[in-house]
Amino acid sequence: MIVSKTERWLGRILLILLMAVTIMPFVSLFMTALHPQGTYPPGLVWPEEPHWENFLLAFQAADMPALLWSSVLIELAVVPVSILIATLAGFALGHLKPAGSRWVFIAFLLGLTLPLEGIIVPLYYLVKDMGILNTRWALILPLIGLYMPFAVTWMRAHFVNMPSDLSEAARIDGANTWQLFWRVHVPLSMPAISSLAILLFLWTWNQFLLAIVLVSNPLERTMAGALGAFQGQWGTDIPLLCAGSLLILTPMLLVFIIFQRQFVSALLQGSLKG
Amino acid sequence: MTRLRRKVTSNLTAYLLVLPAALMYILFVVRPIVLTAQYSLYDWNGIKPAEWAGLDNYVQVFTNPKLVGAILNSFELIIYFSFVPVVIALFAANVIRGIATSRLAGIARVVLFLPQVIPLVAAGIMWTWQLATNGMVNQVLRAIGLGDIARAWLGDFDTALPAVGVIGAWVQLGLCLLLILAGMTKIDTSLYEAARIDGAGPIREFFAITLPGVRQELAVAITITVIGALASFDIIYISTQGGPGNATLVPGLQIYRLAFFDREIGVASALALTLMVLVLVVVVPLQRVLRGRDG
Repeated sequence: MIVSKTERWLGRILLILLMAVTIMPFVSLFMTALHPQGTYPPGLVWPEEPHWENFLLAFQAADMPALLWSSVLIELAVVPVSILIATLAGFALGHLKPAGSRWVFIAFLLGLTLPLEGIIVPLYYLVKDMGILNTRWALILPLIGLYMPFAVTWMRAHFVNMPSDLSEAARIDGANTWQLFWRVHVPLSMPAISSLAILLFLWTWNQFLLAIVLVSNPLERTMAGALGAFQGQWGTDIPLLCAGSLLILTPMLLVFIIFQRQFVSALLQGSLKG
Repeated sequence: MTRLRRKVTSNLTAYLLVLPAALMYILFVVRPIVLTAQYSLYDWNGIKPAEWAGLDNYVQVFTNPKLVGAILNSFELIIYFSFVPVVIALFAANVIRGIATSRLAGIARVVLFLPQVIPLVAAGIMWTWQLATNGMVNQVLRAIGLGDIARAWLGDFDTALPAVGVIGAWVQLGLCLLLILAGMTKIDTSLYEAARIDGAGPIREFFAITLPGVRQELAVAITITVIGALASFDIIYISTQGGPGNATLVPGLQIYRLAFFDREIGVASALALTLMVLVLVVVVPLQRVLRGRDG
């Protein structure tokens, strides 16, 4: 492409500006976290003496180990189960295409734009009647259901594009549907499955409304719900709140930086397909 | 006969595979939607037996100034959550296009995605502090000589909703930018070269080539951000709780309060159903635009 020198410089300056706007709140949070506890410092000033111990205090106040453990437990239940049942359904709807599968697919599509607030009230009573209110199951089971529209649409879109001669070859070799699925299609679907896993992992970690309505103990929630509770408890102690927020953000930020390529492409694809 | 039987069996196998996903979907999404519709026709406090209310709850939703105000606020948020980041992203992507494959752009890709990865709650906490009397925003304003307009942005009746909007715009900007940029890199560069030879200026180039080229990505960015505005909850719950007064009240927050604090399940459900319908009414036409290019 023909790009003039001025255009290049303009582009660079604009990019740096946009990055600065994105990063500055994090920097301000970090600087504020280092001020003495209980003070009300200005937003962007390096403290005379950095109080690193604030992070330790926030670590204890938020009970980070218990929080992480709770988040991991919920993720371990939600993500694999969602992926398994969505892949099975996507395989059936996108590849086997039984009679009437179009209508089943449209039924799933209808749930795609549903705002969670729309069904939070019946969900509360449902979870209460099931006797799982205030347990991790109150998050795990509804989340799996809520992910189905997106996850099934995603996996179906993947299987629709798989060439059908693959299956025919396997069938001739005597494979039944179950073997065809596990031996041929699942190994070939790993890119689609891992992107879906990233998205579901992220959404579960960041789920807030379900957590505050269905689980009263922050230590039985995932990170975002716990962060909300932390703000409720320590909201008046700004440096401690900033330190706690940064700590609670750290695990996901680390995962994001390690898998940045996969995250960015999963999020972009996720938006385009969803 | 055997062929028919084989067909029936294979259909059955296929539906057996759909069953687990369908059951979870029906139990935790479809049934709750139906129940929301049912609750919305009753007067119920969650404990005493429900009483038939007909459409009374909907009359409330559309006449009670507080509830109407909440719906209007969510529409105003579309300006900040959707329009502002999409326009900035379009403009910025157009400038950045030429260096989209550079090293700097690779770093920017990661940095600009940060707001999408952190929970909205965290964005809320972070920006509540930036927008406070003592926060970074006012500090910057004072530094550039605009100290007179410095204030507690989230606590002022006139500025609270736009201030909440700033948080949403910050969250959505990176996603919009990267989506649109992805669309632009797909455009055939020879189109631009041809346009330059024809003497087209940058403005004509933008409207004749770039904008049509990113139509699909644009529709996606608008869809996601509009749903984010209409169904906003986390950011507002954390930053303003709907205040001051009801200046930043939105349907999501009001449903939560009506149902779990005021024990007005009927009105909460009517508002919930209204919200679901509003989202569909806004999003479905956008999907048309999206599908348009694929024919």
